[in-house]
Amino acid sequence: MALGNGTFQRTISALVQDKPGVLARISGLFRRRGFNIASLAVGRSERPGMSRMTFVVEGPDEVVRHVAAQLDRLIDVVEVHDITEQNIVWRELALIKVSAPAATRSEVLELANVYRSNVIDIGIESLTLEISGGRQKIDTLIELLKKFGLLEVIRTGRVATLRGTLIEGEDDGLFQADASAPTYILPVPTGETGSV
Amino acid sequence: MSKHLSGSQIVCEALLNEGVDVVFGIPGGAILPLYGVLSEYPDLRHILSRHEQGAAHAADGYARSTGKVGVAFATSGPGATNLVTGLATAMMDSVPMVAITGQVGRTAIGTDAFQEADITGASMPLTKHNYLVMRADDLGATVHEAFHIARTGRSGPVLIDVPKDVFTEMGDYDPEAPIDLPGYRVPGKADESQVEAAAELINQAERPVILAGHGVVLSRSFDELMELAEKAQIPVVTTLLGISSFPEDHVLSTGFPGMHGMAYASLAVDEADLIINFGSRFDDRIIGDALRFSTGSKKIHVDIDPAEINKSIRVEAPVVGNIKDVFGQLIPKVKQATHVGWLQHIEHLKAEHPSLKIPESDRLMGQHVVKALSDVTKGEAIITTGVGQHQMWAAQHYQFKNANSWLSSGGAGTMGYEVPSAIGAQVGNPDKLVWSICGDGGFQMTLMELATVVENKLPVKYAILNNNHLGMITQWQGFFYNGDYQAETYTANPDFVKLAEAYEIKGIRVTRQDDLEAAIAEANAHDGPVVVDCVIEKVDDLYPMIPAGQSVQELIEEPN
Repeated sequence: MALGNGTFQRTISALVQDKPGVLARISGLFRRRGFNIASLAVGRSERPGMSRMTFVVEGPDEVVRHVAAQLDRLIDVVEVHDITEQNIVWRELALIKVSAPAATRSEVLELANVYRSNVIDIGIESLTLEISGGRQKIDTLIELLKKFGLLEVIRTGRVATLRGTLIEGEDDGLFQADASAPTYILPVPTGETGSV
Repeated sequence: MSKHLSGSQIVCEALLNEGVDVVFGIPGGAILPLYGVLSEYPDLRHILSRHEQGAAHAADGYARSTGKVGVAFATSGPGATNLVTGLATAMMDSVPMVAITGQVGRTAIGTDAFQEADITGASMPLTKHNYLVMRADDLGATVHEAFHIARTGRSGPVLIDVPKDVFTEMGDYDPEAPIDLPGYRVPGKADESQVEAAAELINQAERPVILAGHGVVLSRSFDELMELAEKAQIPVVTTLLGISSFPEDHVLSTGFPGMHGMAYASLAVDEADLIINFGSRFDDRIIGDALRFSTGSKKIHVDIDPAEINKSIRVEAPVVGNIKDVFGQLIPKVKQATHVGWLQHIEHLKAEHPSLKIPESDRLMGQHVVKALSDVTKGEAIITTGVGQHQMWAAQHYQFKNANSWLSSGGAGTMGYEVPSAIGAQVGNPDKLVWSICGDGGFQMTLMELATVVENKLPVKYAILNNNHLGMITQWQGFFYNGDYQAETYTANPDFVKLAEAYEIKGIRVTRQDDLEAAIAEANAHDGPVVVDCVIEKVDDLYPMIPAGQSVQELIEEPN
């Protein structure tokens, strides 16, 4: 996805072995190859002993298109997919603590409602909202809440998965393929597997 | 059949099961338990280095010259950190190595204990993979995994860090246990459609050039390279590390291009309409300015590492696979061709841009030494070098006839590689003649390994191209820093002949061109190591030269 100024954004999903140092290997690779991580989400996967990571990387097209290939060189990385041009759903999550004294509380709640966010904590002078969705939706809510006084904003990285159907949904999290961006095809070598 | 053994015994048995017969290393506190069992394993020959960097480069030289995995031992802390230059050297040039380091005891890890260093953290970017093994039960499988990773795919160094009390812990070792590396795939044959596309480009090309890189050497595809080149009559340019993948007395041999390569090689690459790259990563010393590199050509890039495709140069036809397998797939699809006009043009380029003309001089020059070495040894010695002017003169003026007879630190550019790498090459090739071409700078970085040479009765011959200067530094300060010479002169070099004699090594000094061949013949005839101190012209620039980041348009063929 082109962000302008020659900067491109790519979403990469990796299945990695749950071993000590695996995050250090990956973050070290990103640092020394000059890849800029816009977001990173890590958690246990459905497979025992494996974690799934979702990266959003930004940078010049020539550079970010190599992220998947470089990641695949790491021994602990089992699978890696550059899913930028794929039909994916993705979500981010944010917790927003906003100033909400009696005078403005109802207005804040109304906004929260419209954005389908949940109130997860209420204080005398503040509310904490939980919102999940696409980046734009979260960005917009945060922007709208600014005038009430943001006390704290905590955001997660993006998590993404391939859609289960081939029919494109209308979800705000859908990543539209950018037709102008060249498609990166990771050459898949044939030959023996790592298990011998 | 599982065995119950100490961690140290597991390491030794696993090494023997991997076919290891020699290890280069130095003991220290944390690795002493491993040395404590070496006497039980007499088939595991240990060669005591004088510095861990020497152990690593010797293992590297052994690996490059034999194709086997080189093995180095070092202790924790400074022992391990001293290995790092050797690991980086092997990593940059994809040399298969396994380094085993001692670590402080498990409970002391992370406490800043005596001689503790986080070597797995430090070596992470400089190894293909590394391990910290926390249980003796895991040691055997780890050693076997490490060798599998080191020698397969794009080969490289692997480090195994073992806490002292894991060496002494009892554990189970099953040599037959399968390796489980779900994230590691070894490319074999390439996708047939990629090979088809490459063959079509070759069959259509009018001015093709083969660029043979280190991948040809590492995959031992010398015969296949020859078969393809001769079948379609394609000139062969090698990279610096591809030298000795193709005999240089062959009519299709067209030198090496780039920063200090032959002008005709750089021009051939520039004028080609197709570059067929086998196992080179389009290094910056070859391409210079990527935007102006051989703009008129299409490019085929055959590489075992998918991450190298389109990294530096965009290519029309990527082929991912083992080079040897790809040759096998490709050769039947390539039609016989003659390319008469193009080959005539290459001959014309060689005549017009001789590149290797040695300037007229009564003085002894580096080029004279290499030329004489090449003549006297008939191009049949194994040559190792350090880094700098002497390395480039060696690459230019030694006419390599035997496959895989050139060992040089290409990617990392490690000065000091020349002394210990020759030890590894001689240990791996006891019946071959090994000449190390040294700079006086690099020689002094690792000369303590002369003791290792003597101790192991290795008949290595060292030729020091001694100009009391860091020659390449002098040249660059002259070219690019307005002649502001700083820290480029060595005013206190030892008497290298006396130094050799202090080690009981035969020392010969040569100061005149006329004495060269006799001195080299004398060294060859001597049954033991020799240091030949060649006192060469103090300041002499190296040509041809394409300044860094430039292109063939800025090529400087000879002095103004």
